[in-house]
Amino acid sequence: MMEHLTKENFEDTISNSKGLVMVDFFSPKCVPCMALMPDVEKLSDDKSDVATFYAFDTTGNMRMAMKQKVMGIPAYLFYKDGEKVATLGKEILEDKGMAAVTAKLDELTV
Amino acid sequence: MSKIYDLLIIGAGPGGLAAGIYGSRAKLSTAVLDKNAEPGGQASTTDEMENYPGFYNGTTGPGIMKEFADHAKSFGTEFLRGTVDEVDFTGPVKKVHTQQGDTYESKVVVLSPGATPRKINVKGEAELRGKGVSYCATCDADFFVDLDVVVVGNGDAAIEEAMYLTKFAETVTIIVIHEEGNLDCNKASAEKAMKNPKLKWVWNSTVEEIAGDELVEKVVLKNINTGELTDLETNGVFVFIGTEPHTDFLKGKVELDDRGYLVANDMMETNVPGVYAVGDARVKYLRQVVTAAADGAIAASAAEKYLSELETLQNDVLDVSNKKPVILAFWAPQVEESIDSIAAVDKIVEEKNGAVELVKLDTYRAKKTATQYKVTQIPTIILFKDGKDVARIEGVKNITSSAVENLLKESVEV
Repeated sequence: MMEHLTKENFEDTISNSKGLVMVDFFSPKCVPCMALMPDVEKLSDDKSDVATFYAFDTTGNMRMAMKQKVMGIPAYLFYKDGEKVATLGKEILEDKGMAAVTAKLDELTV
Repeated sequence: MSKIYDLLIIGAGPGGLAAGIYGSRAKLSTAVLDKNAEPGGQASTTDEMENYPGFYNGTTGPGIMKEFADHAKSFGTEFLRGTVDEVDFTGPVKKVHTQQGDTYESKVVVLSPGATPRKINVKGEAELRGKGVSYCATCDADFFVDLDVVVVGNGDAAIEEAMYLTKFAETVTIIVIHEEGNLDCNKASAEKAMKNPKLKWVWNSTVEEIAGDELVEKVVLKNINTGELTDLETNGVFVFIGTEPHTDFLKGKVELDDRGYLVANDMMETNVPGVYAVGDARVKYLRQVVTAAADGAIAASAAEKYLSELETLQNDVLDVSNKKPVILAFWAPQVEESIDSIAAVDKIVEEKNGAVELVKLDTYRAKKTATQYKVTQIPTIILFKDGKDVARIEGVKNITSSAVENLLKESVEV
């Protein structure tokens, strides 16, 4: 089960994080986001040894999302020691699905 | 060995789900394979659904799709998860492989892959996707509260989504390629949109470029009459200019037209026996939930017929463990002379006391088999030995008792 971040703890959590972090930016209204959510949950279980996984509901938290340069969801952001290193958005929508996320995780792990 | 389905449907949009309903209700072992956990396809991404017959009081896309899925489940349709990356339609049992590493086998495959939003293919579009460029209003409208957005397109989807966006954005500017006042959408939506004070219009124009540093800042518009380029500041670009079929994984496997749409006849048959195509990814006139559902019903019904023909042919005619010769007789209740003619053949076969078997096929119902064996006349009888057709007699005039006796004498009583 992924921990859900809020706008109050987002920045502190990320900036104090060590190693690889992935955040799933979603909203319950976004059908593609919700469709992928079970896969992300599974991924967070499978890869819990290489990264920490969080979910972030953008509803009512648009400012925080936009601060992370996210203006469309689903988006998956990757941070290394608190620094943003990658954003996946269009790859997901272009139907590469979780394969793109897994590939990015692997790429960032090595 | 894994299970072989009767009917495997790729894609759980309205076309696939309707095929599931008809297939499982006809007692075919039926499964729907989709990349998403939630069924519904594109119909799930639209909030407004005002034109599906019988549902008009606030029905939503996801709502009606859930009903479709529950309906299919109630008859026993199985739901499978996976993104198809490879198909093999060459054999009688079709194989479907997924990114997740699963392989499914089925006697019939119904392709319902749907379509994805079409891109404008201009500079900046791909780079700024998810950073102001969007193809899904319900997903991303929230980001644009009190901001300015443009909508590209003027069909039903574009105008309806633009009106939805006015509930969030400060201004919504619609970029229309046509002369002022001309929209491709339905009249009801056009009238509503023209009266909406939050909608602004730019006519005779296309988007030439989307620009911005990390997030969208402006679009460059081109007036198609004068060629003049102008900048328009905006925070978002919503693109609704139709869809493109999601058929990359089917290239070289079934016939596609030059734009990538699946080609199927009015029974939803593709050029590959046992493979059907339904929904938005098919060459067709109207792409709506109701037409996708109709496609699905037709495909499942055609598939059921195909399977029963296949079974008859396989078990009663081609099965080589059956050493006896078989006469396959094509008749039709509508062709009166064929009734008497085949009755006469029946009599001769009976007199052989089981040395020969007779399988009768209604030619109009068993079109597939008739085509496969190039039957052009009713009646026609074809003699099979060891699963192969070795001789035939065509036409009522030629199917005489002596001709049938000769056929059997020459080919059977060796």
